[in-house]
Amino acid sequence: MIEESNLTAKRIHEYLEHGNRFDKRDPEEYREIIIECGISKKSEGSAKVKIGKTEVWVGVKMEVAEPYPDSPDKGNLMVTAELTPLSHPKYEYGPPKFDAIELGRLVDRGIRESRYIDLNKLCITEGEKVWQVFVDVYSINDEGNLLDAAFIAAIAALKDTKVPFYDKKEEKIDYEKPSKEKLPLTENEPFNFSVYLIGDKFIMDPTQDEESASDGRLVLALTPTKPISICSMQKSGEFEISEVKFSEILDSVEKVHKTIFPRVQKLIKSSVKNGK
Amino acid sequence: MAYTKRFDGRKFDETRKITAKVGVVPNADGSAMFSFGDTVAIAAVYGPKQLHPQHMQNPEKGILRVNYQMMSFSVSERIRPGPSKRSTEISKISEWALASSTLLDEFPNTVVDVHIMIPQADASTRCAGINAASIALAHAGVPMKDFVTSVSIGKMDKQMVADVTKEEEDYEEGEGATDIAMSFMNRSENLVHIQLDGKISAKELKEAVELGRKTCKRIYEIQKKALKDVKDMEEKNDK
Repeated sequence: MIEESNLTAKRIHEYLEHGNRFDKRDPEEYREIIIECGISKKSEGSAKVKIGKTEVWVGVKMEVAEPYPDSPDKGNLMVTAELTPLSHPKYEYGPPKFDAIELGRLVDRGIRESRYIDLNKLCITEGEKVWQVFVDVYSINDEGNLLDAAFIAAIAALKDTKVPFYDKKEEKIDYEKPSKEKLPLTENEPFNFSVYLIGDKFIMDPTQDEESASDGRLVLALTPTKPISICSMQKSGEFEISEVKFSEILDSVEKVHKTIFPRVQKLIKSSVKNGK
Repeated sequence: MAYTKRFDGRKFDETRKITAKVGVVPNADGSAMFSFGDTVAIAAVYGPKQLHPQHMQNPEKGILRVNYQMMSFSVSERIRPGPSKRSTEISKISEWALASSTLLDEFPNTVVDVHIMIPQADASTRCAGINAASIALAHAGVPMKDFVTSVSIGKMDKQMVADVTKEEEDYEEGEGATDIAMSFMNRSENLVHIQLDGKISAKELKEAVELGRKTCKRIYEIQKKALKDVKDMEEKNDK
């Protein structure tokens, strides 16, 4: 079993030496992306995203809560991810393990640091009551690059979100009352790139086998300013990276962002429209 | 006021629109989605595979393990991720219901894992979960001696209804609502699961079980068709 996967990893390295991948994609090429919003009626907003055979579902729920002491006039954001045993035999039940915690934190950081959600507008009474936005991620089928899929699904679900009706006098939320109030979002829509390092090459949108064969990944969230800004980043895994390689990756994500970001934006837009 | 007309206009013995789809989780050995109207369940089956830890292994036969979980956003009030008393109990009753249909004698020391997820809930989630799981088990090719189908029967005041919604579950007039979730084997027509919340006479309960059995027969045809459709499609692709 171990020998077999070592062989696969070796092959992936050999292929990449010539710029090739098993499924004939270019190193920076994504698989087909499918987005569907409004997949769960009880959520405030929801979306499922498929990248190739990888599938992730995200739902947004909102509650009224106390603000954090250091941001009394801002709404709260909380991202939780579950890597479900339904989606791959390697996942197990029990308290969240590092992979799930990291995934939630990376999605959280990209959304938070981009200031994509206008949290100031989610304050109800300063210091007392604010909206709490829960973004919950569930893996349905993990065939690699769960993080980018989860990120796109989170953005799509936020765009699909309607703020529920809150009765200030009664201090109660009426989830059943239809709402047209959209979540306050800004222009800074983040897009996440997980760049996987394999030997001295790097690829985007890895399959499960490619992920296992990699040394680690560099995760970057970009916002569409001019020029492009990087709003969060994390090197994840035990590997070394030269400054030259690092610049190459930055150039590459900036280049790929130009085509994939408008494409994904368009997909989300038509799906949000279809869902309503 | 007697319950003379259902909230959503269905006939008393009519289920909501049922959809069944096979093969929704490509990584799994078998998988399916099953829905009663707005109640949706996804099930994935992995196994038979070696069971760890070893002390849980049964040298006589393989074991079936079921886990039922609702997604946090499947209901109005967000559910905290992780197991609850409710989900733990539903996992077990689903396991009991399904285990009686599987034949795992040939697979000692192994486990068949069934994972059920509820992304959207409007009552009867355990029934939708069991129905999805039955299809997924068959899709995975797990040896089975019979096929399990599940439905909830309600008694609204004095009126029996099939496939209860959340709105009906909360009905309070007259004798109120009694909710009876039950599962049957298709061929033997034996009960493999029953749970009841409410108040009902023995005579009425017998009626409810009869209605449940008849309703399950119709649901089974939809489950069977979903499996047949995917088999036909796979055969076509092989050619």
